[in-house]
Amino acid sequence: MRNRLLTLLVGIYFGLVLVKSQVVSWYQIREMFLFNDPYMYLVITSAIAVGVVSVFLIRRWRPRTIEGEVIEIKQKPLHRGMVIGGILFGMGWAITGTCPGPIYAQIGSGSLVTFVTFLGALTGIYLYAYLYPRLPHTWFGRLRTSPVSSS
Amino acid sequence: MLAWLLEPWPWYVSGPMIGLTVPLLLLLTGKNLGISSSLRHIAAACNPRTRLPYLTQEYNWRDHSWNLIFVAGVIIGAFIGNFLLSTEPVTFLPPQYATLPGMVVLFVGGILIGFGTRYADGCTSGHTIMGISALSLSSLIATVFFFVGGLLATWLILPWLLPLLGLG
Repeated sequence: MRNRLLTLLVGIYFGLVLVKSQVVSWYQIREMFLFNDPYMYLVITSAIAVGVVSVFLIRRWRPRTIEGEVIEIKQKPLHRGMVIGGILFGMGWAITGTCPGPIYAQIGSGSLVTFVTFLGALTGIYLYAYLYPRLPHTWFGRLRTSPVSSS
Repeated sequence: MLAWLLEPWPWYVSGPMIGLTVPLLLLLTGKNLGISSSLRHIAAACNPRTRLPYLTQEYNWRDHSWNLIFVAGVIIGAFIGNFLLSTEPVTFLPPQYATLPGMVVLFVGGILIGFGTRYADGCTSGHTIMGISALSLSSLIATVFFFVGGLLATWLILPWLLPLLGLG
């Protein structure tokens, strides 16, 4: 129960920061891809910098969670979906001006039309689920068994 | 202090605060930051009778319910950020998207987001923020191609698509 409450609280924190940083704005995403404004690049780079240092320290000091659990940092297996799926997602990102986090953040902020993006995304999940057995999940050329993680 | 809080935040505040989500989630809950998998869990939960292997085999969305709680938090946090902690509400989308053609564009773009993030096994949260923070090669490659796709759409597709919506 405490774990769930903490998860909810960190989610609230993340949603709040997404809105206050304006990364949930179509205009910011557009300015980024047009190279008009360095803002988004500075946000993303500084976010990654803080993340890299945090993960480095967590790996070094091996703290436990406040519930006493071991912290596991996951790596996702590389396959060509990172290229093909990555390009397709990037296109959707630029076209709608939203990625999955901001979809929820926009809906929470009262942008009702974003619900259409959400329904499209769910449709995309079903499309992927339908094609999943036939889609290659190996890296190019080399055969490599890489089960899709379900984190 | 409060006036500053109500303004849009500068990058050197918002960027590090987004990055701090990674250790907060790890230390408090032991979870790796990620958002797009929630779409899979919602799709599975809404269709308990589906036989699609991706939504059933070796997979039970209930094992990932933390992710849906996290998403609920994001929605609440965004509500607070926009309605309680902003002097004027943020404009998220140009009004042209709230038309029928605009919604068709959003729907198709949404399909690309849903399909793309699942095939890529993550999105800007799970790969770009969490994955690169963990120095994961697959996340770095995914992020590079997020930007390849975004730039392709911005420079090749949007120049003729946006005028159809009466934009740009």
